[in-house]
Amino acid sequence: MTQVSPAQSAEKPAWLDPATKPFIRVEGVTKNFNGFTAVDNVDLEIYQGELFAILGGSGCGKTTLLRILAGFERPTSGRILIDGADMTAVPPYERPVNMMFQSYAVFPHMTVEKNVAYGLKKEGAPKAEIQTRVKEMLELVQLDGFAERKPHQLSGGQRQRVALARALVKRPKVLLLDEPLAALDKKLREHTQFELMNIQDQIGVTFIVVTHDQDEAMTLATRIAVMQAGRFIQCGTPKEIYEYPVNRYVADFFGTINLFEGTVSRVEGEGMEVECGAIDAMVKAKSFETIQPNTRLTIAVRPEKISITKEPPDHNDKSVLKGVVWDLGYHGNLSIYRVKTDSGVIVQVSAQNRIRSAERVLEWDDVVYLSWDVQSSVVLTE
Amino acid sequence: MNRQRSTFLITILCFGYAFLYIPIVMVVIYSFNDSRIVSVWGGFSFRWYLQLLENRQIIEAALLSLRIAFVSATVATALGTLAGLALARMGRFRGRILFTGMIAAPLVMPEVITGLSLLLLFVSLQDLVGWPGGRGAATITIGHITFSMAYVAVIVQSRLMSLDESLQEAAMDLGGRPFRVTLDITLPIIAPALLSGWLLAFTLSLDDLVIASFVSGPGASTLPMWIFSKIRLGVTPDINALATVIITIVSLGVVIAGWLMFRQEKQRQRDVQ
Repeated sequence: MTQVSPAQSAEKPAWLDPATKPFIRVEGVTKNFNGFTAVDNVDLEIYQGELFAILGGSGCGKTTLLRILAGFERPTSGRILIDGADMTAVPPYERPVNMMFQSYAVFPHMTVEKNVAYGLKKEGAPKAEIQTRVKEMLELVQLDGFAERKPHQLSGGQRQRVALARALVKRPKVLLLDEPLAALDKKLREHTQFELMNIQDQIGVTFIVVTHDQDEAMTLATRIAVMQAGRFIQCGTPKEIYEYPVNRYVADFFGTINLFEGTVSRVEGEGMEVECGAIDAMVKAKSFETIQPNTRLTIAVRPEKISITKEPPDHNDKSVLKGVVWDLGYHGNLSIYRVKTDSGVIVQVSAQNRIRSAERVLEWDDVVYLSWDVQSSVVLTE
Repeated sequence: MNRQRSTFLITILCFGYAFLYIPIVMVVIYSFNDSRIVSVWGGFSFRWYLQLLENRQIIEAALLSLRIAFVSATVATALGTLAGLALARMGRFRGRILFTGMIAAPLVMPEVITGLSLLLLFVSLQDLVGWPGGRGAATITIGHITFSMAYVAVIVQSRLMSLDESLQEAAMDLGGRPFRVTLDITLPIIAPALLSGWLLAFTLSLDDLVIASFVSGPGASTLPMWIFSKIRLGVTPDINALATVIITIVSLGVVIAGWLMFRQEKQRQRDVQ
């Protein structure tokens, strides 16, 4: 129970260390529903102690995959291994896996205590043990005073914690969470996010979270798998996915990004220049082995990587655009500028408001220069 | 404008309710009539109620009716619940609408036809296997089970449809086998629906005259049958008293069933939030 999660304690993350064996293996899992493929040949390796997020829009197959892991759906083909044991044909009530449902599914006719004790009773644990474990768990989720309450006397957040306690009290090898924060309001969501991470850290259970909210995935997860139309399109740490998206879909799904289509005009050693017709500019980016002149590709740049200045930048190793401030939004900690380039394309830029001032540094219709480093240009070939 | 509309509405409403309830109120009032002639008011008295208690035939018919109603409601609730559970559990399959419709069909089947077909069944069964060896309380009970089961199945099924499926999945996820989950989670949650189904089946059985007349044999007369045969000879004041007693019991049953359903609906809305 108190084992320290390797993902956090080891210097090298588990997924990069070839010596660590994956705890959960999903091998070529496919699920068909009457001719519709919800999950399409998915392979996945999750390590012990990870907080793994499966992210995707609605209907991408993420919930089906979670239900396959829980045992509510049988895969059409492929295998599920948990801790070395083949779980593909094991029914949900015999799997060392517990799930927290999106609707929480707290039993309405039982008290909080009975809800949490249900799983242990089905296990046949002795009464005294059930009592102490339920008590411990209610303390962990800060519901100590609520043992005798019925679910309808609880708030949404409290019900969610009952669901969490009920799933964790069985000490599962894996906890599955289906959209754990979707039903909570914004303030509570942020609070619960950190609480979940805290609890996961304390008990070291492997968490698999399914979500459609990229912010949630980014803050919570050690690694994220992005799913689209039943397939994984990218799997990596939040940083990897944010900074090195593999295609336009991933780039666009995570936060805001400016996309410029173009053709490679010159490759020179480590770097290259891409001619982007729409913004009428030469964008500098890093090249890689397979790149050839005249290849069509997309350059993606995050708004916060672009600096916005009134004077033209003096470094000539940067990509530079000229435009006017078309729109600006003040968000307290940062300002969002929408700049219209001379060619008429809108580019979004965000800048930290580092200096405390009631006056704006930049105003509408100011002529500005946008510039960014070579390594900030993300090259997307898909 | 509001006031105008409400006067009009209230008038209509009064007419409607008068049409529905005046006959019943008349029966109740005349049950306290001291006169032997039904249509002449001779002062207030409980004498017909006392006479009811002394009438062995009535007491026997009433006891038989209650016994049949109790047994048939209980069996119909058990079978109807199983049918409702099965239909709700099977998920979507080809012909599902047909099956659901077939469960509900006895609700709209004319009672005469149900009674006639049951009679035919019992008669031919007796010829083929020698059972039932004569018709009476047992055949009436079976007849009542067949039609009240449909009511229970429909009530249970509609309750199960609105039940969050993840409740049962969560219980299974926590280690409950499917049968235990039904006992631990599903049945307790739908218990109010079962109770209102039982009450409905009970009152239906208590009310029924047509089916009972078809499938009954000599010596087994339910209360409605006894009343019906009695008024062919003319209405006596003790029938009014009996009718009042029955009205009281039936309306109590309906009120409790309705209250249970109302409470359950409120509970569900509360759970949804």
